[in-house]
Amino acid sequence: MSTRTVEPAADVDKPRTSRLVDLLRAREAGIGLLIVVLVGLTSLDNHHFLSANSIQQLLSGAALIALLGVGETLVIVTRNVDLSVGSVLGLSAYIVGDLFKHEHIPAWSGFLIAMTVGAGIGAVNGFITTVMRVPSLVVTLAMLYIVRGIDGVIVNGHIVNPTAIPHSFTAVGYQNLLGVPWLFIIVAGVVVVAAYAMRSYRASRDLYAIGSNPAAAALIGIPATRRVFAAFVISGTLAGLAGALFLALNAQVDNSAGQGYELQVIAAVVVGGVAIFGGSGTVVGAALGAVLLHTIQQALVALRISAFWNGAIAGGLLLAAIAFDRWLTLRNARKLASAEGAHRNV
Amino acid sequence: MSDVMTPTPPKVDAPAADSGARRLWSGVARWETGLLVVLFGVLIFGAAESSVFLTSSTLFFMGINIGYIAIMALPMTFVVMTGEIDLSVASMLGLSGAVVGDLWHHGWGIWPAFGVALLVGLAGGALNGLLVARFGLPSIAVTIGTLTLFRGLAEILLGSVTVPGIGDRLFPVSLTNIGVLPVGGTELSWSLLIFLILAMVFGVVLHATPLGRSMVAIGLQPEAAEFAGIRVTRIKFGLFVLSGLLSAFAGILLTLQNSSVSYNAGVGLELNVVAIALFGGVSIFGGRGTILGVVLSVAIIGSLQMALTQMQVQPEKQNIITGILLLLSVVIPNGGEVIGRLRARVRRGRSRSAA
Repeated sequence: MSTRTVEPAADVDKPRTSRLVDLLRAREAGIGLLIVVLVGLTSLDNHHFLSANSIQQLLSGAALIALLGVGETLVIVTRNVDLSVGSVLGLSAYIVGDLFKHEHIPAWSGFLIAMTVGAGIGAVNGFITTVMRVPSLVVTLAMLYIVRGIDGVIVNGHIVNPTAIPHSFTAVGYQNLLGVPWLFIIVAGVVVVAAYAMRSYRASRDLYAIGSNPAAAALIGIPATRRVFAAFVISGTLAGLAGALFLALNAQVDNSAGQGYELQVIAAVVVGGVAIFGGSGTVVGAALGAVLLHTIQQALVALRISAFWNGAIAGGLLLAAIAFDRWLTLRNARKLASAEGAHRNV
Repeated sequence: MSDVMTPTPPKVDAPAADSGARRLWSGVARWETGLLVVLFGVLIFGAAESSVFLTSSTLFFMGINIGYIAIMALPMTFVVMTGEIDLSVASMLGLSGAVVGDLWHHGWGIWPAFGVALLVGLAGGALNGLLVARFGLPSIAVTIGTLTLFRGLAEILLGSVTVPGIGDRLFPVSLTNIGVLPVGGTELSWSLLIFLILAMVFGVVLHATPLGRSMVAIGLQPEAAEFAGIRVTRIKFGLFVLSGLLSAFAGILLTLQNSSVSYNAGVGLELNVVAIALFGGVSIFGGRGTILGVVLSVAIIGSLQMALTQMQVQPEKQNIITGILLLLSVVIPNGGEVIGRLRARVRRGRSRSAA
């Protein structure tokens, strides 16, 4: 049930390590450190990189993928996957934009509507996956097409322009509170709430149990259907929220919004240490993974390296992260085995 | 791969029923039969709704649109069969085109450029195979990584230029003709003809050779396969290499069909390729699927696309239809079981209220 495979091995016959060591060992700290080093090195070459403006851009830019990463983490932890998030973002962004344009709805309701759209689609994903017992990869792949298709039919070649969107709505996309972008505050809020819930609530610990051993989870009476369904609804809801934030950030939307995000999100989540086979990983790690990938992008720009290198570096990093995880798992398995052996000899 | 999905155990075919009638029925009720019915439905629908549907140019343009994607679906079928997945195929298609474009831009001959592109395909596939088969890393994560990597390399090679650009030689017309002319004496596009030939080879390998049966065994139960003496690592490695090679080949075909190439050719096609295989009845858990199913799936999706395009249905609505078909293809086989489960629950509820 533990989120990190490290702990059981470390606890076997060593005295409890200090909290500091635990903290440093955590994946989140490693990624955080990597981000700091990357920002530091880049700013040595280009000191504008550490300017308030640049940092603000960095945080806003990573916010959407980080937000999608939170929902995706909940789903992946249960040994499922949600490929529809990019399409959900696109559809909810356009619906809200269209309502602003034609119905002149108040700014705050935009967020509610976007989240409702997302929750609805998440419920469909969850229902088909759990009740119909269809692999989530296939369900959400199909929903990726269906939702994008519905989006295209609604958009019908139109575009929502900045003039149609209330200023109080777009303000969320570009204004700051005491120098911190609103976009970042909202997403950080979601991450903190989700991180606390994932650590401390019974229902969310169930998600880890379902992902690490579905059969055992069923035997101890965990209502897997309900939990997995909820994970999909939350993922959809957050994708809907991301749609509203997308609209606020870009102040315009057509039918290509969020296209291809699904694989970026999974990449960020995996870099962030969430196991693709479920059962382990944290939302903080996923969000930091998104920030790291975005920092690399921005660093390339700041270092005046051609942005064309972006994909190759991100891909290499992702492969390194997966290989590193594997190495860690193997090392711990060996440690655990040798620790067991030592006990037996005593 | 099988671990990523829902906890449902892989479906194993029911033991052969005793009565001949039932055996006949289970033969008829195969997924492929269903696909055949759907295909006829689509053809009748197309003929009824579009006056130009039953003309030879429909077949040709269908081949142009789907042939190179279908070629990638064949190795994908094998890979999924063994319980893995390769999401890097469309990026490899793009990288291969970019290699051809870059070398051509630098004055290489077309055939040496093709050779290098195919070698790149082999190398990329070997990288996937090494990480998945040899190091045991999850293929879904690895190939999302190489998806980003390969596309990134394509971008480094070509940047934002299109080859041939101003000052470049044009690609040889005798080759780019495959984008405008069918194979002599037929109405098939070259890409579709190549797909059909490859499909026959893949079909024989999958259904009639020890290698093919080994793939099925790996997909059903990797450990048992290993103990039965099947070289799981080697076969999986080989399949990823094959997937890289044929994706690179598809990239060359697409480059010639379009007579030009840019780094973003085929972005996002990996999911179309997976969808074709799954709609063809290949189980995402591995161990179940036929090449015939995949060929029918290509025929259905290809002809439906043509019919809808000729009816001037927006491409967006076509997306919806593709998605619904894919969804139905997994929901319907599960439908009986779900209804049975719900019935059992209702019965339990009734007996409880009676007691």
